[in-house]
Amino acid sequence: MAIELKKGRYGKFGGQYVPETLMTALIELEEAYGTAKSDPAFHKELDYYLRDFVGRENPLYFAERLTAKIGGAKIFLKREDLNHTGAHKINNSLGQALLAIRMGKRKIVAETGAGQHGVATATACALFGLDCVVFMGKEDIRRQELNVFRMELLGAKVVSVDKGSGTLKDAVNEALRYWVANVEDTHYILGSALGPHPFPEIVRDFQRVIGVETRRQIVEKEGRLPDAVVACIGGGSNAIGMFHPFIEDEGVALFGVEAAGSGISTGLHAAAIADGREGVLHGAYMYVLQDEDGFIKEAHSISAGLDYPAVGPEHCHLHEIGRVKYSSVTDAEALEGLKLLSKTEGIIPALESAHAIHFAAELAKEMDKDEIIVVCLSGRGDKDMQTVREAIGGVVE
Amino acid sequence: MKTVEKRIRECVAKGNKAFIPYMMAGDGGLDSLKDKLLFLEECGATAIEIGIPFSDPVADGEVIQRAGERALADGVTLRKVLDELVRFKGEVSVPLIIMTYLNPILAYGINSFIERCEKIGIGGLIIPDLPLEEDGLLRNGLEGTDIALIPLVSLTSSLERIVNIAKQAEGFIYAVTVNGITGVRNEFEDKLSAHLKRVKEESSVPVLAGFGISTSQQVEQLGAQADGVIVGSAIVDALHRDDLEVIRGLMRTCTMEINNSATS
Ligand SMILES: Cc1ncc(COP(=O)(O)O)c(C=O)c1O
Repeated sequence: MAIELKKGRYGKFGGQYVPETLMTALIELEEAYGTAKSDPAFHKELDYYLRDFVGRENPLYFAERLTAKIGGAKIFLKREDLNHTGAHKINNSLGQALLAIRMGKRKIVAETGAGQHGVATATACALFGLDCVVFMGKEDIRRQELNVFRMELLGAKVVSVDKGSGTLKDAVNEALRYWVANVEDTHYILGSALGPHPFPEIVRDFQRVIGVETRRQIVEKEGRLPDAVVACIGGGSNAIGMFHPFIEDEGVALFGVEAAGSGISTGLHAAAIADGREGVLHGAYMYVLQDEDGFIKEAHSISAGLDYPAVGPEHCHLHEIGRVKYSSVTDAEALEGLKLLSKTEGIIPALESAHAIHFAAELAKEMDKDEIIVVCLSGRGDKDMQTVREAIGGVVE
Repeated sequence: MKTVEKRIRECVAKGNKAFIPYMMAGDGGLDSLKDKLLFLEECGATAIEIGIPFSDPVADGEVIQRAGERALADGVTLRKVLDELVRFKGEVSVPLIIMTYLNPILAYGINSFIERCEKIGIGGLIIPDLPLEEDGLLRNGLEGTDIALIPLVSLTSSLERIVNIAKQAEGFIYAVTVNGITGVRNEFEDKLSAHLKRVKEESSVPVLAGFGISTSQQVEQLGAQADGVIVGSAIVDALHRDDLEVIRGLMRTCTMEINNSATS
């Protein structure tokens, strides 16, 4: 199919497939972001909050006992879990909240899956005194009850979405509908490297801090770049933020890990690169889980944050040109990864990040002891304790 | 000039307003599609907009979402709707306009979709998630057909966008009357009149107002400022409740002469 190449495109992926009502807001956003990006004052302000509020830079931690247990490549963890609010999501929420203020918009709408992006956005809104509405799927509200309470404590209004599958994709639909109706005074803080241009670019740029710090830290510690970098993929924001500064470094292998849910062959998964087809969802041309009639399928994963039936456009392109290798990890394997890291390192990862941990542990086995893997530990596991306890039947062997 | 535009112009030339009802294909069963289309035609529809159900209808409000969910639960797809339309092609004589989100067309295959629409004699396409920036995807394939790619303009569209959209417009311009999704509204923004006037000034094709129009009074009010109206949720709801009188009433308003200076 011939799709023209133009701005907002990553190869043939991306674009702006949105109702006309949103086009002017997207154009305004693109302009505002362009100005902010080249304004040192904007970066200075963002850096200030990232340092004094979020706690950056966070460590690149050598997981010595995990490395010893596996007996292969050295494993380093980029500790996004130590950020204020417990995940990488705050990097983007803060950046976009500051951008909204620059645009004179003091009302914010957001979607959330795991609740991490909702909490991060509610936090940024509390920090700057902005109004905040968060749409969240009914099923996710059940899975992530405590995060709903956190958002409410932070002053956000959480709206339950019972349409469709009641998960992340339906929350995005509702957030988009809300934005269409309130576009003149409201900014939509999209939580992953998804959606219509310029969102994938904006989210990536605000998450690039992960990769930029990692690159500097690994050179300080090891005197060289890593051999492999691993990150989990929901919409793809922690991964693109981690990968982007390494893309030109040919010697650095990049691995994205999708959620295989109950297994790719069962159809109950969230692995859009492994099992999706090209299509349009939420404003962008991407790999999308869909049936033969073009209806979007529900995604399935034990981790609410990976439960999205598509993958951001830049990842689709990086897959197509072969720069990043995408594979997938099942629910059961992710739980193994979570237990492994908890016991060997005293770090309970988020279920999302546990997918990356499992993959990295397997990869390390195949590599030499003098090789280096960096894993993006995108978040901490506190939010998942209920889910994990249910999944393992409350029994830790 | 494509047929849809011709029909609207004929209607306006007679001193009437164009009336385009929207219905959700397959809500109430695909086998009733033909009867519903014939009923809408008999009530005096200038053209009929046929909605295709979709899993993620981001531009639609509650009423049309629920209608779509009912149709989806019945297994209705773009393919099945087109198959059904082929069966009674020619029996409905007003132009049929397909309103669908983009992804079902991509899954069908753009070229096969256009070919099929031509075979059925589809008069237009409305694709709410295909703005000007992206519409080359279909525009090229539609060249030389009688299928109009009908664009939407919104209250938020800048003058520059309105001009550019109007330049490419075929069939008619669908002027969205609210910032928001489809669904019933009680009132419209003050700036709507000025907006419609501006769109009409820029456009060489007719301009129809739609989104949120549900009462005869609104049909009259907005019809006076445009070449006609599109009514969705109110029709979908009435068809669902089998309340045919409501539909007759709405349509009658359009065939009565609406004083063009009444509210403008
Ligand atoms: C801890 C954590 N990691 C990863 C993700 C997945 O999102 P993304 O792919 O955008 O990084 C989420 C989403 O909520 C998350 O909370």
